[in-house]
Amino acid sequence: MNLDHLATLQANAELAFAEAATLDALKAAEIAHVGKSAPLTLANRELGAMDDEGKRVFGAAINATRVSLGTVLSDRRGALEADARRIALEVDRLDLTEFRATESADSHGHLHLITRTIRDLEDIFVGMGFSVFNQGPEAETDWENFEALNFPPSHPARTMHDTFWVNLGSEEQVLMRTHTSPMQIRVMKQLAPPIYAVMPGRCYRRDTADARHLPVFHQIEALVIDKGISLGHLAGTIETFISAYFGRNDLKARLRPGFFPFTEPSAEFEITCPFCADGCRVCSGTGWIELGGCGMVHPNVLRNGGVDPEEWTGFAWGFGIDRLAMNRHQIDDLRVFLDNDARLLRQF
Amino acid sequence: MLISLSWLNEFVDTSGVSVEDLSDAFNDLGLVVEGIEVVGKGLDGIVTAQVKTIRAHPGADKIRLVDVVISADQSEPLQICCGAWNFVEGDVVPLAMLGSTMPDGLKIERRKLRGEWSNGMLCSAWELKLSEDHEGILRLPEGTSLGQPIAEVLGVIADVVFDLSVEANRPDAMSVLGVARDLAPKIKRSLRAPVVKTVISEVAAPAVQTGSITASDLCDRLTTTVIRNVVVAPSPRWVQQRLAVSGMRAINNLVDASNLVMLELGIPSHAFDLDRLAGGRIDVRWASQNEHITTLDGVDRVLSRSSDREALDGVIADGGGVAVGIAAIMGGLTSEVEVDTANLLLEIAHWTPMCIARSSKRLGIRSEASARFERGSDPGAIPLAVARFVDVIRETCPNLSVESHHDVGPNRGAVRKVEVRAERVNLVLGTRLATSEMTALLSPIGFVCSPPEGADRFQVEIPSWRPDATDEINVVEEIGRHFGYRNIERRVLTNVRVGKLTDLQKNRRLIADVLVSNLCNEVWTASFVGPLDLERSGVSTEPVVLANPMAPEESLLRPTLVAGLLRTLGHNASHRSPSQRIFEMGHVFGAPKPDQVVPYERDMLGVALAADGDDASTAIRCLDSLVEALRINPAAIELRSKEIPGLHPTRSARIVGSGTGFNLGSVGEVDPEVARKWGIDRRVGLLVIDVENLCALPTRSELVSVFSRFPSSDVDLAFVVPDPTPAGHISEILRHAGAPLLQTVQLIDVYRGDRVSTGTRGLTYRLRFADPGRTLTDGDVAAVRHSCIGAVEERSAAKLRS
Repeated sequence: MNLDHLATLQANAELAFAEAATLDALKAAEIAHVGKSAPLTLANRELGAMDDEGKRVFGAAINATRVSLGTVLSDRRGALEADARRIALEVDRLDLTEFRATESADSHGHLHLITRTIRDLEDIFVGMGFSVFNQGPEAETDWENFEALNFPPSHPARTMHDTFWVNLGSEEQVLMRTHTSPMQIRVMKQLAPPIYAVMPGRCYRRDTADARHLPVFHQIEALVIDKGISLGHLAGTIETFISAYFGRNDLKARLRPGFFPFTEPSAEFEITCPFCADGCRVCSGTGWIELGGCGMVHPNVLRNGGVDPEEWTGFAWGFGIDRLAMNRHQIDDLRVFLDNDARLLRQF
Repeated sequence: MLISLSWLNEFVDTSGVSVEDLSDAFNDLGLVVEGIEVVGKGLDGIVTAQVKTIRAHPGADKIRLVDVVISADQSEPLQICCGAWNFVEGDVVPLAMLGSTMPDGLKIERRKLRGEWSNGMLCSAWELKLSEDHEGILRLPEGTSLGQPIAEVLGVIADVVFDLSVEANRPDAMSVLGVARDLAPKIKRSLRAPVVKTVISEVAAPAVQTGSITASDLCDRLTTTVIRNVVVAPSPRWVQQRLAVSGMRAINNLVDASNLVMLELGIPSHAFDLDRLAGGRIDVRWASQNEHITTLDGVDRVLSRSSDREALDGVIADGGGVAVGIAAIMGGLTSEVEVDTANLLLEIAHWTPMCIARSSKRLGIRSEASARFERGSDPGAIPLAVARFVDVIRETCPNLSVESHHDVGPNRGAVRKVEVRAERVNLVLGTRLATSEMTALLSPIGFVCSPPEGADRFQVEIPSWRPDATDEINVVEEIGRHFGYRNIERRVLTNVRVGKLTDLQKNRRLIADVLVSNLCNEVWTASFVGPLDLERSGVSTEPVVLANPMAPEESLLRPTLVAGLLRTLGHNASHRSPSQRIFEMGHVFGAPKPDQVVPYERDMLGVALAADGDDASTAIRCLDSLVEALRINPAAIELRSKEIPGLHPTRSARIVGSGTGFNLGSVGEVDPEVARKWGIDRRVGLLVIDVENLCALPTRSELVSVFSRFPSSDVDLAFVVPDPTPAGHISEILRHAGAPLLQTVQLIDVYRGDRVSTGTRGLTYRLRFADPGRTLTDGDVAAVRHSCIGAVEERSAAKLRS
């Protein structure tokens, strides 16, 4: 053993480490070149036979060789580990877009457009301090749907409400409610004033289905009864509401005298078109959209609800939910709702 | 209601007010303008021409060649191609000459039609915007001079017609006079009251009455006027034109005068041929049961009388008691005015609106007259209407004489008085009007106000033409209407409360949200179903029936959501989307509860699960996710295997409240036979549950439950369980037996096969034990394991699997 031999061992070991292509091969090379029975390890035994100067010089050389080989080995191991990880990760590779492409559209269900609209409306009203009454009966008596709301028997105003009558009780006693207004009476009977209530729900009119009417439709009605409530409050509240709903603060409401037996004075209300600045299809180019009916609660209706009209005044207003959704989402024909086609439901 | 500007101008001077401003004024008054039509314009260049010859067009079957001249001595006639066939050689017709522009904007130019020149166009009345008649070319009276402007020949005046929508409470606005009365103050003009020449009060009223009222609850004023020496003739052109612009057809001078008065004053009348009227008199009475009458339109009508006022028709009877008209609705055929009529009995009455509305609805007849009477006509204006009628027919019947006039019944249109409080007016409207400002708004529309009593109160006399106004609040509306809603200051609510959804409302939203996360789409199906829908769905409950459905398949109030859900799945399956999960929350209807007349109505949730691989188990997982989300104590509900109509007989259960046994709904799978009938060829998991009852179930405690920080131990127990024993039953026994150390019980394996005997299956439960205060020893676990096995074997037919 001499220094040249040592250099040869080092060179052989370095070559073996470099040639090891896998972690297993590297392990084998490690054992062969720096393991317990490797020539380099065995070279230590020759130290005993050397003189002090030889021990010092040769011992230091062996040590330096071992340290050097240790570094080479760990570098090589690091490189091979990194390769192995790279290969393993490559095997793991996914084309994430495959999943977006293969999953059906049903990765999440969809609320119905009408439900979404009702929730939006309810939330705005709740934010304005109103309570929600959305579970009124859809079958009512003539008294609740008409008489209590100041529709006298045979009054021509009833002909505006083509009614589905139910085969119960006496003739024309039970009906499918033609509007959400019977809830005015129910809420008044349930709560003492002040009342700030909003009542969405399903209504029925015996109209042939067409693009803009369904015999089954949805209305929402707001009722306020308090001291000192005026027509001015009604107009102001409509403006507050529509601005919040459409997320704009420049919308105006326009009232036009109308007739509803349960309100006096009564009005139809229009709002500035929220969909355009200078005329569009929804507003037929007029800049105004007819939204619904409103008015001051008729004293007779207050009395029928058990409220003293001398002490309290109030207003009520309501509009069609389906029509609002139709306008907002540019649905041409309401009859698409009847099929519940998945291709429609998925859109909302 | 069609109102022409020229007619309106008879009662209010609108000169200087633009059509746009008039339109705004009408809208502000609540007389909503639904359309504006300009008539009689664009007739320049359209002249009278005579048809000389008519020849076949060599290249067309439906077009003829017409040679016309516009003066008698014209040597070269003009060739026109014309597609109408209603005229003959010699007729005088309107010709739109080259270079003229039709009312609809069409420019008339020389052009070739199938190879032949057309040098103008012959016009129909419709093309000239003179009437709805587009059945052919307008043929002018023989002898009409040629080459004259058509507007001059016809006496057409340019006019603007407003189509106003009149609300049910405004009978006064169903007349030109009424509209003028409302409009005048809005455009700051005054009303010109109608002037009549005939003085009705001077007409004799002999002792022998020509009219009588037997049914005083039907009619409270009846006038009968006998007019002799009339001749039936065409109306004067101004009458014909006014009817035409109002959308009515001219018939003859007598009928037209009646219609004119109705349109002008809002008072319908009926002219009987006196000589065809037995006894020369009439009586107003209720119809007798099954009384027949043939009305003007030739239809035989069966009238009714019952003990119930609701179904009564009124008639006008002749002196012999025979019905000659249905009261206020339509005249009879027998006493109608005909070409040889020489003497008239004019009837004008005031009827009880509600009676007319009922009768008109019951008979299904809505006439111009009934539309006015059912809203309430003006009883005070009847003499004016009689005089106006006589004035109008006098133009064509100069020799007529008004022989007699009788006026019976108590209603002379007396004014009603209403007390109005100014403070109330300002409170309701949100205005700050002085009393004087209020009375200034009311007086012009005939609401006569007495001087204020003190600062606040005044009396208002309600005019006879406003039967709708009965109370102070109606006067408030009139003040508001004429003040202008647009002038009312906007105010905001200041006393609002905290708004929030109720727990039930929040839970309803949560239910929908949970289902949506479970990949369900929400649907809204129709509330009406047909008998076939229920039969297909296997539903046998007796549904509530509509009295007047639009169609048999929409004749029942749905007793279940299932039919709508299955229909939806079927629809989507037929559009290549069979894999669907859907749900609906909505009302279902059943027979009324005792002492109730309305149907028993419940808010239900229905979920139909038909995605690939869905079945009854999916429905159970869906139920469990709702129970979890709503924080319902899982032990609060139980499943009871039961055959449920329409559901899979061996894969369905009732959901009941534990202990109470109260029925909440059902869960499982749709009967494959039912699914097939709806066009669905896959398993459909189904969950139907009462929303309110579900949300009312006991919930888990709100207080946090502390879990052990010491290690837990799992024990797996495998049992052989006879098929009829529900797995849930074993879980329940384990839960009790393992308490209090038992933390969770989970069924981790179900085995059916050779290694267990027929009629049984192997169920493996994983039990996790822990003690809050220490680590469990092997001995602790062995003891509780032993007691769990013991309890199961003792309380069920299950045996530990060896």
